Amino acid sequence: MIDTLRLTAEDAAGLLKRKEVSSEELTRAYRASIAERDPELHAYLHVTESADGDGVPIALKDVITTKGVPTTAASRILEGYVPVFDSTVAACCKDAGLPLLGKTNLDEFAMGSSTENSGFGPTRNPWDPERVPGGSSGGSAAAVAGGLAPWALGSDTGGSIKQPASLCGLVGLRPTYGTVSRYGIVAFASSLDQVGPLTKTVRDSALLMQVISGADPRDSTTVELPQPIELPEAEDLRGLRIGIPRELNEAEGMEPGVKQSVDAAIRLAEELGAEVGETRLPRSVEFGLACYYLIAPAEASANLARYDGVRFGHRAQVDGDLTELYERTRWEGFGDEPKRRIMLGTYALSAGYYEAYYGQAQKVRTVIKDEFAAAFRDFDLLVSPTSPTVAFRLGEKAENPLAMYLSDVLTIPPNMAGLPGLSIPCGLSEGLPVGLQLIGPQFSENALFRAGHALERAFAFDYVPERLR
Amino acid sequence: MTGWEPVVGLEIHIQLKTQTKMFCRCENVWGEGPNTRTCPVCLAHPGTLPVPNGRAIEWAVKLGLALGCEVAERSVFHRKNYFYPDLPKGYQISQYDEPLCTAGRFAVPGSGGDHEIGIVRAHLEEDAAKTVHVGGKAGRISGAAHSLVDFNRGGTPLVEIVTEPDLHSPEEARRFLQLLRQTVVELGISDAEMEKGSLRCDANVSVRREGEEGLRTKTELKNMNSFKFVGDGIAAEVARQIEVYESGGEVGQETLHFDPASGRISSLRSKEEAHDYRYFPEPDLVPVEPPAALVERMRAEIGELPAARIRRLEGELDFDLSYGLVASGRDELYERVPGERRAVANVVMNQLAATGAHPGRVNAEELGKLIEARDRIPRATFDEALTAAGEPGFTAERYLAEEAVTDASELDPVIERVLAANGSQVAAYRSGKEGLLGFFVGQVMRETQGKANPKVVNERLRERLGA
Repeated sequence: MIDTLRLTAEDAAGLLKRKEVSSEELTRAYRASIAERDPELHAYLHVTESADGDGVPIALKDVITTKGVPTTAASRILEGYVPVFDSTVAACCKDAGLPLLGKTNLDEFAMGSSTENSGFGPTRNPWDPERVPGGSSGGSAAAVAGGLAPWALGSDTGGSIKQPASLCGLVGLRPTYGTVSRYGIVAFASSLDQVGPLTKTVRDSALLMQVISGADPRDSTTVELPQPIELPEAEDLRGLRIGIPRELNEAEGMEPGVKQSVDAAIRLAEELGAEVGETRLPRSVEFGLACYYLIAPAEASANLARYDGVRFGHRAQVDGDLTELYERTRWEGFGDEPKRRIMLGTYALSAGYYEAYYGQAQKVRTVIKDEFAAAFRDFDLLVSPTSPTVAFRLGEKAENPLAMYLSDVLTIPPNMAGLPGLSIPCGLSEGLPVGLQLIGPQFSENALFRAGHALERAFAFDYVPERLR
Repeated sequence: MTGWEPVVGLEIHIQLKTQTKMFCRCENVWGEGPNTRTCPVCLAHPGTLPVPNGRAIEWAVKLGLALGCEVAERSVFHRKNYFYPDLPKGYQISQYDEPLCTAGRFAVPGSGGDHEIGIVRAHLEEDAAKTVHVGGKAGRISGAAHSLVDFNRGGTPLVEIVTEPDLHSPEEARRFLQLLRQTVVELGISDAEMEKGSLRCDANVSVRREGEEGLRTKTELKNMNSFKFVGDGIAAEVARQIEVYESGGEVGQETLHFDPASGRISSLRSKEEAHDYRYFPEPDLVPVEPPAALVERMRAEIGELPAARIRRLEGELDFDLSYGLVASGRDELYERVPGERRAVANVVMNQLAATGAHPGRVNAEELGKLIEARDRIPRATFDEALTAAGEPGFTAERYLAEEAVTDASELDPVIERVLAANGSQVAAYRSGKEGLLGFFVGQVMRETQGKANPKVVNERLRERLGA
């Protein structure tokens, strides 16, 4: 009997290697869990009927283009679109023999922090179905936490891997920008989008990163990792200098339970041998969110221009002219959040406003990079909560976009600087998981995995949701 | 026209003949079936990304150097946003404030000396797809029953060249464009054929009083698809603007279309409703930083430029012939052919050109022999030889053996016959219409099937008609 809630991908690979179970049996077990629990969770937008591969099956966020398998980015405007090519990461998974379980739900075009913005209905948190799984990779997070996939890929623009990992008690890695190919990833904000793993353990995260990372000739912004990804073994943090950026740890709206869990985690890190000290990131935290909400919508306004009803996806039935075709198609096809961001971005790029908004935001971005670089002169890693809150209730923030945007206030600054970040569960608050964000300099994935692995051992967090144990 | 000075700047698009497109590896080819050279990237499927064509960047650098430009150490692609079915991404990848090549000068020789035309910039971009509007009027989208899009051209590499408003006559603009075309063809980077659209030209036109400082409102003249139309279009627009000013009116900023058939100018759309293209740096691409070694390698591949060659040829020929040879790409052959320079230039520029023989394939030594003997051999034989001159293994020997008829006793009866048959022309000639001499020479040449020596025929005719 395969316990899909508890089985890690690494353990599943061990079972396969020792021929104690076949890939088909594994896949069948996860399909059975999907059949049982997905009607409640709605983690999947599409479940495959069959898939090739002899490895550990995987779920992919529905922004990841899969040849012959519908890819919608949870938008009505892409309903019925079946890609004719594979994204590079989907091809990597195929090459590694990972059968595709299905495509997971998200906030439409990855715009959101709760998965409530999906064009096809929200996903629910396996820890408490009245609560959101976070977003935008909420479907992938709920699938792994709910035992509907052993591991999954998400994508992270402002925190869309780290934040749902935090809210679902999982490990989420946002890799260094440029280490994982974006070819075939439905674009939201090109200079920020990055694909990464959502897993139960840090070692699973490293294993999946080995599969998907590397330079891709189809993506000019990719580079080869300076060192190959290693599976972490260490159980202590001796010699590691950990910085606590005050502004990231005392942010407005931080729940006391979250703060307590993270403070306890930091004390544990010291016990494991880390040197801990305070540092400052004043401008990154003060301006990061504003800067993000200029740059990301600006890029999105162009990236979403291709959905015009001419070549693929939804096309409105109109009698009028070309302009009417465009307007009606986009009006009917996009939900509120993409519309809001297209308008924001179009405005930020308009003649007469460019310098004040987009131009200024790019300058602030440089300031943020410099501030992080300065912090990394004294510290190897920085830590903070991943999200200021635990999973919130469905509908709680849906009517207030600004409150929703604040969910990402702690993940956005390092993302603006192109830095990798790992979220690991460090405890519970009110019975819900709290995530610890580890931030490293560019290409420090191995250091993040080593520290994350040692902390994970020390925390002994049980990733199976209490109500499902 | 008097008292007014035209002020013209050109915007030229040159389609590079790279093997593949600018940002994907689809074949870059003209004239294939619609939508047979497409892929997810150039159809803008979700998630696809551009990857720049290295050869296109090299060629744009090469062209920039030929235009005397500075090649930027760091150059950036931008997105130019607008909605149209020929633009699948909803933006064109182009360049904006950090173009690949800037601040060039390109010399246009004239009979009165060189005129240096400033080059503002030369940048790389991708071409739009081709749209065909079916039904409606004048192939425009408004009123069309339906529209078709062919994405074969979509995403092919273009270099856009923008000149300073340094051109001061339609003739000079035409000459600039011809020499630019010749340069591009010699660099081997484009076919630059206006009829096929691989060379496209828009003109920004204004006029001002002679001696006036500053610039008046300009209009943009779109898509003139031959050198002649470029000259004619600018001339027509200059005349229109002068008339507007002289009748007390004001020229408005607008985009215009020149109809070569009627010679008329019509308005396309008003600039006031021009798009806000919302340019911003293309985040899917890293900046282009051409290494110094590449720039030097490209510089070394550029030969002597047309303007310099015209100046050199002017040492032995007049301006028109020098210009004509260089602008038509025939000066290389001219320089290879031995013999009296003017005679060689005339034959290469006119008679040989008329045969359609490819100048690069002509055996220059043999052609030289032929030109030297051209007064001695029959005209028909000479023409026949020229026609064969471009064929492999051509030698002059066989043709040189034939002698033209110079014997007066043979020619005089023919001359008598021609004069007798054209009594009225003879009378006209004698009353002063001496231009008719050519007519009589032609008649005699025809009667002798081109075997007569034209020089002797000329002399004999003059003698007979003068009597």
